[in-house]
Amino acid sequence: MSNFLTLPILLPMFIGTILIFFAKKHKLQRVIAGFSALSLLGVAIYLGYIVYTDPSQIITLEIGDWPAPFGIVLVADMFATMMVILSSIVGVVCLFFAFKTIHSDREKFYFYPFYFYLLTGVNGAFLTGDMFNLFVFFEVMLISSYVLIVHGGTGYQLRESFKYVVMNMVASAFFLVALAYLYATTGTLNMADLAERVQVLEQEGILNGIAILFLFVFGAKGALFPLYFWLPKSYYGPPAAISALFGGLLTKVGIYAIIRVFTLIFVHNTEFTHTIILILAGGTMFFGVLGAVSQFDFKRILSYHIISQVGYMVMGLGVYTPLALAGAIYYIAHHIIVKSALFLFAGATQKITGTTELKKMGGLLKTHPWLGWLFFISAMSLAGIPPLSGFFSKFALILAAVQKESYYIVVVALVVGILTLFSMMKIFMYAFWGEPKISQDKVNRKEMFALLRPIIPLVVLTICLGFFAEPIFQYSLGVSEQILDPANYVNAVLGK
Amino acid sequence: MEILIALLIGVLFSVSTYLILTKSLFRVVLGTVLMSHGAHLLILTMGGLGVGSAPLLGEGASSYTDPLPQALILTAIVISFGMTALLLVMTYRTYKVHQTDDLDKLRGRLDE
Amino acid sequence: MKNNISLHTVAQISVFIVLSFSFYLLFAGHNNPGGGFIGALMAASAIVLLYVSFDLKTIKNVLPLYYPYFIATGLLIAMGTGVSSTLFGYPFLTQFFQYTTLPILGEVELTTALMFDLGVFIVVIGIALLIITTIAEDDE
Repeated sequence: MSNFLTLPILLPMFIGTILIFFAKKHKLQRVIAGFSALSLLGVAIYLGYIVYTDPSQIITLEIGDWPAPFGIVLVADMFATMMVILSSIVGVVCLFFAFKTIHSDREKFYFYPFYFYLLTGVNGAFLTGDMFNLFVFFEVMLISSYVLIVHGGTGYQLRESFKYVVMNMVASAFFLVALAYLYATTGTLNMADLAERVQVLEQEGILNGIAILFLFVFGAKGALFPLYFWLPKSYYGPPAAISALFGGLLTKVGIYAIIRVFTLIFVHNTEFTHTIILILAGGTMFFGVLGAVSQFDFKRILSYHIISQVGYMVMGLGVYTPLALAGAIYYIAHHIIVKSALFLFAGATQKITGTTELKKMGGLLKTHPWLGWLFFISAMSLAGIPPLSGFFSKFALILAAVQKESYYIVVVALVVGILTLFSMMKIFMYAFWGEPKISQDKVNRKEMFALLRPIIPLVVLTICLGFFAEPIFQYSLGVSEQILDPANYVNAVLGK
Repeated sequence: MEILIALLIGVLFSVSTYLILTKSLFRVVLGTVLMSHGAHLLILTMGGLGVGSAPLLGEGASSYTDPLPQALILTAIVISFGMTALLLVMTYRTYKVHQTDDLDKLRGRLDE
Repeated sequence: MKNNISLHTVAQISVFIVLSFSFYLLFAGHNNPGGGFIGALMAASAIVLLYVSFDLKTIKNVLPLYYPYFIATGLLIAMGTGVSSTLFGYPFLTQFFQYTTLPILGEVELTTALMFDLGVFIVVIGIALLIITTIAEDDE
């Protein structure tokens, strides 16, 4: 029992609530928000440290002192704490970028409270050990995301967010349906208890049905093939700081839920479920990257790349070996950091050129060399060029797939890798090479560095993830071995 | 009783699917509302209906109604209340800004 | 505006009946039907009754309430109730109760869950009225 476990959830919720009182004073809001985001990062890292040094590497908290299968449990294992740390990093960086780019009218309209409520929902979804509580935290996250994605209320945002909201509401309704079936079949909603009961219950048909229903629900929220259609357009609308936060975090919460549920609970028939996951992963990667290749807009290319890279993560789950899952976990860390950085670069170039259309840009490497080269590093990392972080994670994934003799997915992953490189080079060529097309520069040198300052830590992190691949990979391997053995989780929660 | 409710849930889901697939913004909103009602009823039915006794009173109770589905529904209803309110305001604003509630006209162009 | 004296009179009286019933629901909540959520919806409906029978501007002058602060205050109360149990070394949101005898009311059950419910009550009043006034104000 450790009440410290509630802090990553309570702290952003508390700050968000306090900020409602100061909604009209945007300077004060920035100070409070900045300090508390940094302290949230500190809390997350400390939580990661105490979980890592704990003998069982899992700590739990029974909320309200209700014993485990009956009450709600918060569980922090290595996977969950890793995700909490990543979400706090992205939370800090996007917040500091928002200080520079969000219009003060938007700031005054409850931007920061919803920002922190979003982090509440994300961290809660990572830490909870109860299926219904997962639903509740999903909804906390989603309702804040609805507000942030439509924040500012331009015509484009309203139109596309409507589709995003309706899509997610339908998925949430089906989440409830899946929970109802699950409860009727097993009589419990505690994840550890479910893990035990699903194994002894000889009801393969209905359990497969429930598993696929959950895959549909989380797939819709995590933008899996064929349910990704809402993503590119809705992520295009809001300002870059919000797009970066969403692109880095939101779909990954869906992916986290898929990995959690399909390693802990629905492992009764991996032949069936994980093959479907593998097929979906292939489709997601391939169609996502095709979308990216066909676009000529900075933010839209990046949005389609989110889809194709979600495919890689799910591919690791589909292959379902320790190495593959370690690759997927490494990939999630790499993706969250790099994707947020790239979206912030899109925001910075938009600030300079006033557009996100690639054909209207050009020659930014001459006028803004720092921006250009930092972008180049992140883009290469995304495409998987050694020695940057993208390479090692993709390498592990593909190696695992070869060992498992799933050659189709290997071919798809390699082709998608090449197409990713192609579309990132497309951005680099159109936006940064060539003759400058912008007549007057809207951003001077000093402002440029103010814009780049929040992004630089992310670029440094992606370089570190590449150069220190060995220890980080060992860590991911530890995480994947832990989640592949549900007994650890069950024992920690039910106290056996 | 369960069969009757199951039929009702089926009707709710089919009507809501139809409404979500129509072109009018407002009907889509109604569709999502009906769909969440269907989901809530389903949870209630899955907990078992018609026992006719109080929720758990003590360890020695001979029969009881499962209180958990009701707690789940209460939470889910509150959430869908908030979601529906937000969606309604959003629909209204979309209608004001675009001067139409026809989803065909809200498709958007490729060049934006 | 027309002289709606009967509507005004009825509204002024019934608001208090509805409000007191809403408080009854709040306090009944722990062991009987009722609770913070339903009580707050009842209280909000009382204030909406005022908005409907008079008009928005008049009521805003009489009751200058800023609803976002309601939401924040309620959330802080509810959160504070949850956190307070951690100060004594119990898990987050642990609830306590005790039976005491108060001067007029006789024997009552005092619970920390009531404080939580009070937070919910304030939040829901704030949210319901914020939604209604936001939509109502926007009439061009």
